[in-house]
Amino acid sequence: MRHRSLLILTTVLTTGALTLTACGSRDDSKGSGGDNGGKTTVVIGVDAPLTGSLSALGQGIKNSVDLAVQTANKNNEVPGVTFKIEALDDQAVPASGQQNATKLVGMKDVLGVVGPLNSGVSQSMQGVFAKANLAQVSPANTNPALSQGDKWGSGELKRPFNTYFRTATTDVIQGRFAAQYLYNDAKKRKVYVVNDKQTYGAGLAAIFSKEFQRLGGKVVGTDSVTVKETDFSSTADKIKSSGADSVYFGGQYPEGGLLSDQVKKAGAKIPTMGGDGIYDPQFIKASGEPNEGDLATSVGFPVEKLPTAKKFIADYKAAGYKDPYAAYGGYSYDAAWAIIQAVKAVVADNDGKVPADAREKVVEAMSKVSFDGVTGKVSFDQYGDTTNKQLTVYQVKGGEWKDVKSATFED
Amino acid sequence: MNELPQQLANGLALGALYGLIAIGYTMVYGIVQLINFAHGEIFMIGGFGALATYTILPSGISIAVALPLMLIGGAIVSVAVATAAERFAYRPLRGAPRLAPLITAIGLSIALQQLVWRFYPGAKGPVSFPEFTGESFKILGNLAISRADAFVLAAAPLCMLALGLFVSKSRSGRAMQATAQDPDTAKLMGINTDRIIVMAFAIGAAFAAVAAVAEGLDKGQIRFEMGFLLGLKAFTAAVLGGIGNIYGAMVGGVALGIVETLSIAYVQDIPGMEQFGGGAWKDVWAFSLLILVLLFRPQGLLGERVADRA
Repeated sequence: MRHRSLLILTTVLTTGALTLTACGSRDDSKGSGGDNGGKTTVVIGVDAPLTGSLSALGQGIKNSVDLAVQTANKNNEVPGVTFKIEALDDQAVPASGQQNATKLVGMKDVLGVVGPLNSGVSQSMQGVFAKANLAQVSPANTNPALSQGDKWGSGELKRPFNTYFRTATTDVIQGRFAAQYLYNDAKKRKVYVVNDKQTYGAGLAAIFSKEFQRLGGKVVGTDSVTVKETDFSSTADKIKSSGADSVYFGGQYPEGGLLSDQVKKAGAKIPTMGGDGIYDPQFIKASGEPNEGDLATSVGFPVEKLPTAKKFIADYKAAGYKDPYAAYGGYSYDAAWAIIQAVKAVVADNDGKVPADAREKVVEAMSKVSFDGVTGKVSFDQYGDTTNKQLTVYQVKGGEWKDVKSATFED
Repeated sequence: MNELPQQLANGLALGALYGLIAIGYTMVYGIVQLINFAHGEIFMIGGFGALATYTILPSGISIAVALPLMLIGGAIVSVAVATAAERFAYRPLRGAPRLAPLITAIGLSIALQQLVWRFYPGAKGPVSFPEFTGESFKILGNLAISRADAFVLAAAPLCMLALGLFVSKSRSGRAMQATAQDPDTAKLMGINTDRIIVMAFAIGAAFAAVAAVAEGLDKGQIRFEMGFLLGLKAFTAAVLGGIGNIYGAMVGGVALGIVETLSIAYVQDIPGMEQFGGGAWKDVWAFSLLILVLLFRPQGLLGERVADRA
């Protein structure tokens, strides 16, 4: 019997590990496009969670990159080059991201990759791309360490991988922006901070807390939740009895939505605020409980409000994609367009041909890219971060996210 | 400490949910010595079955009227899937080494999850589930029991009572006990053991459907992947209570639920233990309890020491 119990325990652990690392598709096909009718094929890789609970965001990323590629082909943006996309699913799992990165590196026509969604996944991919000199542009990663090194907190900035770029603003800016809004505009003084223990959530929560306290607010308690769990009633009751007047959640919308619901069910009528991870229609719609008054920050101005984005929205509709462009559509389009522009510059420098060392050249060209994109002016600073520091606070009103404040972050 | 009754109530509701799912693990294990890892997915499918039932009912129907129909609808779907799994995935492997059905169960679990993800409309993200309207019940001043928690707290003991009566009093229940003790002899005595095994799967699945409805009512949403973590917890509860013992499953579930809740609420208040409290550490405390119990009572809280047949 004792052996059986041991067997059972081992089984539990193995199954856990197995299921968590369930891997993505592994069909090694294609990989060589070569010439077709005198045109060279350049592939833009996409890595995003196309299945699983974050697939709504992932599908939006994939479709938006697809739209950028189709637009480039239609306009003959780079003469002599046809763009294609190769989209891989990382299921928001770092190990799958790494496999996908290795696969994309192995396909010789891939000159740039858009993705991934999750900061944690990005960590496992950056090294693979850097070794192969392949440019990576994430539309959604917000963890500062990805571009500014592990010691960014102490002000010692060092770019770890020169192949990494992003069109999303970092959590340093987002977390501080959120704290400033909550303290100055919403006049909240006592916040309870909860995070989901992931790279993104824990990082964002820490930055938020620091800024909130710097402004003079009080963090009355902290707790963390586990991703994919659903019962946070114990944490909710703790929040209620702490007397907090607001909750800040660092994490993604599945847990964020549940936490907000359960805090309200526990009887605390206080708003929950979070970052771009909870800025999703699913945060509100996934349950009958109204999330009225909850807040979220997201990078950039609302896509619908930008004059530059009108064409993107119209084109996206016209293309008839099954899933909406979601929170990162505009950034994904811009990320793909940045790669296309870099390829354009490289090809123009090489008498209209894709050079043999195209990957290296594209990485170099990326830092000089500058154009007016869907989300505003797109260019990258010395760390590979976007120079665009616009952010927006959204609030749930009448069952929908409505923007309440858009501003450019200032120190 | 004034929130202790509230936290205990939270733990009890969570534990009752674990217990209801754990019944499925424990019954199947008790009879065929198979850890049915697909049971978490049977639970999830029960939830989707109940939701589908709700969507075909006329809209605007009161949840109190819809609830019995949802329970029946969910149970029909989960029992159908569980018995089909037994018939087509496990029965052909009845004589095979133990690892074969175990791996089959893991595979089945992934397959069921992906099938729901792919084919249930809108199931790629969380799907909203009807909730009770109205305030929670206030007891003794500040203790609030939400209607969904009240549902699971009432459903779990009722289910246990019914199951207890069935197993000890009915003809089929006694046949089930006999099969669990010695399948070969039971067969010689004229018991149709195949039918008994199907029955064990079906009862577990029906209980899982009740649990899934409770989970949906409480959280207001269900997800295609919700069976994984809850299933794992329920399995832990079954082991904790003594796998093979139906009452043990419920006791284990409640113990696990309460330990989790209390560790979130109170461990960080103990001087010197601040960093070991909160939601991040609750699983550590829960599994420490499991290890402790297994060290002193390898058969689990209510398990019986029986000679290993394998």
